[in-house]
Amino acid sequence: MTLPAAIKSDFPLLDQRFHGHQLVYLDSANTSQKPQVVIDAMADYYENANANVHRGSYELAVRATAALEGARAKVASFINARSSAEIVFTKNATESMNLLARSWAEANLSAGDAVVISEMEHHANIVPWHMLRAEKGIELRWIPIDGSGHLDLSDLDRLLDGAKLLSVTAMSNVLGTLNPIAQLSERAHAAGALMAVDASQYVPHVPTDVQALGADFLVFTGHKMLAPMGIGVLWARAELLDAMPPFLGGGEMILNVTKDGFTANEIPWKFEAGTPMVAEAVGLGRAIDYLSDLGMDNVRRHEVELTAYALRTLTERHGDKITIHGPTEPAERGGVMSFIYGDVHPHDVAQVLDQSGIAVRAGHHCAKPLMDVLNANATSRASLYVYNDKSDLDKLVDALSAVDDIFSF
Amino acid sequence: MIGLEDLYREIILDHYRTPRNRGELETPPARRVEGFNPLCGDEIIVYLQVDDSGVIDDVAIGGQGCSISQSSASMMSVAIKGRTVEDARRLIAAFKGLMSIHETEIGGDGSEAALGIELEGTTEDMKLGDLEALRGVVKFPIRIKCATLSWNTLAQALDEAAAA
Repeated sequence: MTLPAAIKSDFPLLDQRFHGHQLVYLDSANTSQKPQVVIDAMADYYENANANVHRGSYELAVRATAALEGARAKVASFINARSSAEIVFTKNATESMNLLARSWAEANLSAGDAVVISEMEHHANIVPWHMLRAEKGIELRWIPIDGSGHLDLSDLDRLLDGAKLLSVTAMSNVLGTLNPIAQLSERAHAAGALMAVDASQYVPHVPTDVQALGADFLVFTGHKMLAPMGIGVLWARAELLDAMPPFLGGGEMILNVTKDGFTANEIPWKFEAGTPMVAEAVGLGRAIDYLSDLGMDNVRRHEVELTAYALRTLTERHGDKITIHGPTEPAERGGVMSFIYGDVHPHDVAQVLDQSGIAVRAGHHCAKPLMDVLNANATSRASLYVYNDKSDLDKLVDALSAVDDIFSF
Repeated sequence: MIGLEDLYREIILDHYRTPRNRGELETPPARRVEGFNPLCGDEIIVYLQVDDSGVIDDVAIGGQGCSISQSSASMMSVAIKGRTVEDARRLIAAFKGLMSIHETEIGGDGSEAALGIELEGTTEDMKLGDLEALRGVVKFPIRIKCATLSWNTLAQALDEAAAA
């Protein structure tokens, strides 16, 4: 046991029953549940520290500002950013990616410039580029995936030739594939492109060091890492953020406004127009403390163990029926298992599992181009986090047999 | 407690296993309309052929999806084939009414009234019994969109045919 056996009791939501069964939550790649300490930290903020930030001169406003900026410092430390100024708070990873597209890319890309992404991207790392393509005529290039669910990098030099940006997921939300980001950063830089990373599925599960990854931009969201919904992060190197134009205009993001114009604030506040989500930032800071106390190395080890167990038991019990997408080697993937069960539609599989109290996601997982490559219109997906254990997976394996009871014909 | 047997009725599974009117029609004379459920990726293709007198003389269903969307499309095809466009529109309204019954009314027989529509001279062979099996879907609100996908696609096909 690399994580405390009693860890489930830290998460009040998990202690309930559905359809007569104890909840088995296997949808953390979608959103994670929250430990009591995070819920308490947010309540404590509203009970003891709430005021608008960076504005009031009174002691309470100082306390609220310290809460926000303290959370920013925790994020910076958690991903080994050089300074808190490199941490821009957003609503979620999608907004972070749109900020990157609307600010940096709109200012630096023109017609014919290429952005390279991969076939395993989430829509959040596809649609903003489609939008820029429609508006500015940029070119969008795709790194294909191979039959084992890895990126096929054999043609990367040609794809990167003349490209301005390589933007790739660190871990696929469908296949679980861990991509070689440090290597991709080197290749991008050698070709004169910048490197952006969608780390939404990575930062919550794997020790993250943005400097070691060698990236220029990295986005993730709080709600997948035990923090509340409504807080996301864009990390970028300070010199890039300094040079980027503002994203949204309004209060907080300015140093001065006159009838003739405005002077933008310093980073990161230049990108944070309006009253920010302080309680959510506090929740993210507390979630980071919680994960750090567990130890991110332990979190990763726990998930590799559970993933290995899941892949083994699912295949042993249902090997003739189940197809699990993505790398077969647990060390090469995260705890995200997308599967097809016989010819039963994933929506029906998820429905039957729900009847046993098991929550999995069915659908295209916001990755329709990948679904096309996999020649599937949907998969069922079981995904793991710190509070899952082998008993959860045993229940999944058992409950899948009930699918046969209804759909075997 | 709501059980899976409320959703996966035998008649539904039968239409899922053995979908009726599955395939394609030549376009033209048929009209081809696609419907998508962005939540789950389901895709339904309705081929509709309406003759000069306003009778749906042929219908075919393509695409892929879950048991509920596929069986609903199959039952729909049986229900509308050979019927007039007006009958089909009334059936769409009745079916969508059934699917929009509020949860608090589930368990009563309000749904019977919704489906007990009078289709002049055709009621007895309109296969209302098959469609009635889908009423359990309202107890699983997430699945309502699965059941209505083909019907919304049919409505779009009828609208396009009327505008043409």
